[in-house]
Amino acid sequence: MEKLGSQTIKFNTPPTILDCASIVGPKEAQGPLAKYFDQTLEDEFWGEKTWEKAESKIVKETVNMVISKSGIASTDIDCVFAGDLLNQCISSSFGLRELNIPFFGVFGACSTFVESMSLGAICVESFASHVLCATSSHFCSAEKQFRFPLELGNQRPPTSQWTVTGSGAAILSKSGEGPYITHITPGKIVDMGIKDVNNMGAAMAPAFADTLISHFQDTGRNPSYYDAIISGDLGYIGKDIVIDIAKSKGYNIKSNYNDCGVMIFDKNEQDTHSGGSGCACCGTVFSGYFFKQLKEKKLKKILLIATGALMNSTSSQQGESIPGIAHAISIEI
Amino acid sequence: MDINWANVFDWMVLLKCFVTGGIICIIGQVLIDKTKLTPAKILVIFVTTGAILGGLGIYQYLVDFAGAGATVPLTGFGYNLAKGAIEGIEQYGLIGAFTGGVKAAAGGIAAAVFFGYLASLISKPKMKKQ
Repeated sequence: MEKLGSQTIKFNTPPTILDCASIVGPKEAQGPLAKYFDQTLEDEFWGEKTWEKAESKIVKETVNMVISKSGIASTDIDCVFAGDLLNQCISSSFGLRELNIPFFGVFGACSTFVESMSLGAICVESFASHVLCATSSHFCSAEKQFRFPLELGNQRPPTSQWTVTGSGAAILSKSGEGPYITHITPGKIVDMGIKDVNNMGAAMAPAFADTLISHFQDTGRNPSYYDAIISGDLGYIGKDIVIDIAKSKGYNIKSNYNDCGVMIFDKNEQDTHSGGSGCACCGTVFSGYFFKQLKEKKLKKILLIATGALMNSTSSQQGESIPGIAHAISIEI
Repeated sequence: MDINWANVFDWMVLLKCFVTGGIICIIGQVLIDKTKLTPAKILVIFVTTGAILGGLGIYQYLVDFAGAGATVPLTGFGYNLAKGAIEGIEQYGLIGAFTGGVKAAAGGIAAAVFFGYLASLISKPKMKKQ
């Protein structure tokens, strides 16, 4: 492991992403990526009494699924990095309380999946043989916590994004045949003063651009090096903004850049306004779609940059702006 | 017995009611779509505006014109609070300014609590369609 430039880490023996699993909710099951997910749910409760319990169950089952898919015994997993959007990350800690593997709770808002994979990769490079990384989000529990109770039945404004219901999980391994995590570029907190909790894409876009450009400067790579550059959940509005920011800094990403929040829902058939968001947006689209594309060698080099909005409901009510963050991992096979 | 449906309703009153209530709702819709105001803030703005206009006696003209079209939307709740407070002062003096508003709105508040409770017993919140 060595540091490149200002903020990128290069792995000398790159960890392999051994396997991934994803479970998604009913709306995602009607979206264009439905066939790539391991399991789709018919209702948002999944037999549980509350949405929070349902979210914990989704994490738990996704983690169990990735362990059984990978063929690794759970006792061979050295540690777990997981996090979600709910206060004190209860979906992860409640969902994984019976897992019996050393646990690190991670909060990076919607950037959690890549943050977990970054930390996991560092562990694999140093001491661990296997690390499990997981994340989740749930539309109903997120609306309740960050916006308004669903019972209120209020309308969502046109700039708002739809929190993905689901969970994505990955197992990183010291040995394997790839895809490999070759570089990570942890992001800095960037706050451009956006205060609108219904316009997260715009709030997170500058953080994405900052990490993207730092990654290129540190590694000496340029956008055409990658088959795909993917952001976590900027949605339609954020996607347009970052293409413009990148262009103004001299990087043309228009041809190979896409956003998980744009990909997961159908713009015309499913009225989600500005696309998908949430920890599970990047988590499920990577675990479901991109991991399989890498395995089948349809894509060979991708740069996955998950974006997060680091506010909470109190900070929004007190009129604070939304600090954004974006973490990047370079995955190659 | 033949009922002449055309004469059962005063269609002009219905039309005034519908259009006035509709316009108030359109203002709310425009605020949601075109501004960054949250639904909670819009709710407060509507109630406050109704109370101010009610206190100044302006909202009364709208109520006389449109009936339920003006009293049912949120602004009507504000108007009701202001009207009740004024009536309270007339009847009980200064203390009435504090008690009158909620007294006048008591029916609406109690009904909201009661029916809200009933609804919570028989239904379960679900994911939105959009």
